[in-house]
Amino acid sequence: MPETQDVYPLGETAAESLTARSGRRLNELTLTGVRAGGLGPDDFAISAETLRRQATLAEAHGYARLAANLRRAAELAAVPDDEMLVVYNALRPRRATHAELTDLAGRMETTYGAVETARFIREAADAYRAVGLTPQPSVGEGQEEATS
Amino acid sequence: MTASKRFAALAAREVNKDTFIQPWPEAGLVAMHSPADPRPSLRLDAQGVAEMDGARREDFDLIDRFIARYALDLAVAEEAMATDSLVIARKLVDIDVPRREVVRLVAGCTAAKLVEIAGHLSVLEMMMALAKMRVRRTPANQAHVTNRKEHPALLAADAAEAALRGFAENETTVGVARYAPLTALAVLIGSQVGRGGVLTQCAVEESVSLRLAIKGLTTYAETLSVYGTDPAFVDGDDTPWSKAFLASAYASRGVKIRCTSGTGSEALMGHAHGKSMLYLEARCLLVVKGAGSQGVQNGSISCIALIGSLPGGFRAVLAENLLATLLDLELASGNDAMSSHSATRKSAKLMLQFIPGTDFITSGYSSIPKTDNLFGGGNFDAEDFDDWNILQRDLQVDAGLRPIREDEAVKARARAARAIQAVYAELGFPLIDEAEVEAATYAHRSEDMPERDKAADLQAAETFLDGPQTVLDVIRVLDKRGFADAADRILEMQRQRVIGDYLQPAAIFDENFRVLSGLNDPNDYAGPGTGYRLEGKRWAALQALPQVVVPASLTFDRAEGGRLNFEELGPAQRGEMPEVVVAVGPAFGAEITHTIGGLAHGDVLRELLNGIAYEGLPARVVKIYHTSDCAFIGHAGAALSGSGVAIGLQSKGTTVIHRRDLAPLNNLELFSQAPNLTLETYRQIGRNAALYAQGKPATPVPVKIDNFARLRLIVQTTLMHLRETGQVEANAPAIELQVSEIAGESHA
Repeated sequence: MPETQDVYPLGETAAESLTARSGRRLNELTLTGVRAGGLGPDDFAISAETLRRQATLAEAHGYARLAANLRRAAELAAVPDDEMLVVYNALRPRRATHAELTDLAGRMETTYGAVETARFIREAADAYRAVGLTPQPSVGEGQEEATS
Repeated sequence: MTASKRFAALAAREVNKDTFIQPWPEAGLVAMHSPADPRPSLRLDAQGVAEMDGARREDFDLIDRFIARYALDLAVAEEAMATDSLVIARKLVDIDVPRREVVRLVAGCTAAKLVEIAGHLSVLEMMMALAKMRVRRTPANQAHVTNRKEHPALLAADAAEAALRGFAENETTVGVARYAPLTALAVLIGSQVGRGGVLTQCAVEESVSLRLAIKGLTTYAETLSVYGTDPAFVDGDDTPWSKAFLASAYASRGVKIRCTSGTGSEALMGHAHGKSMLYLEARCLLVVKGAGSQGVQNGSISCIALIGSLPGGFRAVLAENLLATLLDLELASGNDAMSSHSATRKSAKLMLQFIPGTDFITSGYSSIPKTDNLFGGGNFDAEDFDDWNILQRDLQVDAGLRPIREDEAVKARARAARAIQAVYAELGFPLIDEAEVEAATYAHRSEDMPERDKAADLQAAETFLDGPQTVLDVIRVLDKRGFADAADRILEMQRQRVIGDYLQPAAIFDENFRVLSGLNDPNDYAGPGTGYRLEGKRWAALQALPQVVVPASLTFDRAEGGRLNFEELGPAQRGEMPEVVVAVGPAFGAEITHTIGGLAHGDVLRELLNGIAYEGLPARVVKIYHTSDCAFIGHAGAALSGSGVAIGLQSKGTTVIHRRDLAPLNNLELFSQAPNLTLETYRQIGRNAALYAQGKPATPVPVKIDNFARLRLIVQTTLMHLRETGQVEANAPAIELQVSEIAGESHA
């Protein structure tokens, strides 16, 4: 299990070190701040760093699978809402060809540095192809691959 | 048609509206063990899992692939699979085996192995194991908050009341999908008005649900449904990978999630492949685990009546709950959908989770009447709140609720309705008027609410979802309109999304937004004296039902009158002539003046004496001081009676006809249910006593049978008897009374 300097809950033990995705510090997220009108949705979005710290805490307490999920989440923190929904919908059954999923994986990796997410999508693409869950190509498998 | 009247009565019982079937394994209609279920097996090679539960890698379906890749801890798998399932089953109920050790070992078990372990456990053992294995030490509960009119003020008021009653999560949903953003908003505001820290969600289609969360209108989601066969999964329009991605997507926006699974769904969808419900659920749970979800709601959920139709069905439901906890998943344990027509049967089923405690005893207690439950739930609803609270008090069990007073509820409901009214006005939604606020404050169900312009509300909902306004605008206007407390709490929920502590297993917040999860409140049950105990302030709070009274306040002197004027003539002598003695208790006509049935002692005594006189015998009245027991009062009277026959009368009205030669606890006639006795009964008792005194036959006095009388009045009975016993003087002789005025006012 990994070593961690953090003590759970972070909100009680490490509040001063937490920042939102926007970079704004947690202690600036006050009603006064909202009244002043200077706070936006990104100021209330969890940061990739905090998600990784929570992942480390989860793993240290014996929750390895949850930790892996939170690390994928840390990668997704940088992905815009719409794009995240596109990936989700593509992963649903018979939505995307193997090539389309592979393309999406590539974009996640190159645009957002989402290495683990990309690996996960590629793995899904392979699994879907193996059990026939990619859309039936109209002309044939070769045609599908040719579009990639 | 039944010929037997008894069988006809049984056929009419509520429980016989439920359906009961024989198992049909080919259709997946079998609870725990189907002939088609695989035997547990696991073989590893350099690439990982080569064979699992009889399937070779090249034959793996999608779910097998996902489980083999993500759900099994291969470091412990060979040890786990080589350990006899019976040995593991025994570890579950062995208080000397720590929870963590069980979790470590079970992490290497395949689905078939999990089912085999569960198969060794009785219901009682599963309950023991559940108490030990649930993730969070402190049990909690979840509410459903919906209404058929989708009325925002009623939603807010009901959410506030649910929060006040102690629910840690409030879940809502919609009848018309487009209402979702406004419904989520009303429940968010209402919940935070009721109690800070209540998590809220709105169950809608996955991508809409995610958008609501991103907008800050919800703080958790649990609609991530998981299935145990590939075709069922695909019919649910997802795969293990898409669900796992969705779990990460929610977490990336700081939103807690749990998955949903449950026995019976595959059979219902026609995709059970002949496997048992529990085996398929074990596969679901491994997918949930592998996806990295912190928890699950299971316990058959919406298919509870299907598995309930099968032998051992509810045992299998408890088994699936237990399997979730073995996999170290937060558990919201069902009890939401209707499980039986019979209150007896559904309550008995509830006890399987209620007594051991789970992270959420129900995954949706209907905090509104079941007719307003848009989930199709309502197994326990707003009309069962007192039953639930009293069961907690009876068993000294914390099942997540607390009793509240009417004035607290009304105050919270009014404030929640006013808060949503203010937000609607400020954000330009169709106005909520004063009559609607007033109605929501005092409403029980949506019939109590005025109609709204639904088209206008739906238009506003769509504009809100697509527009730039978010929860920050809601916070701002609440603050501006004098709801700074609610604004502060909703803001704190948003801050918690930045912190992420509540993404950890089984996390909830207390009213001060202190997070409680498996990390800082881990279940440490290890036998008697350990684990969560309902005690101290919480136990005091759960005892304090509004209907509880101080015993001494249960008065029984209902009216003036009844006090007798009597002269004590001195120690009573044994009579020589035919007569009936009426022996009364030591408090009669003095410290106590009425029977428990409300009859004045004067009236009772007059009717007894009239009855005796009607049969032509004289009577004497004596007061017994040495005992307060009815039989001994009567027997003491009989000893003094010239005929040997006496009537013994306790001050609470219990009466006996006794005879000197009988054993004290024997009698000629006993009237033990004083609340059912009327003045006419007492007159007949007098007559019969006189007949017995003359050696004449008598037909026993008929009395009304009311088996609820004791239930209703046992506390008062105890108090009256205590007062009479307080007048006992052990060595005092019986005193003959000269009763001069027995014409008390009539209460007949």
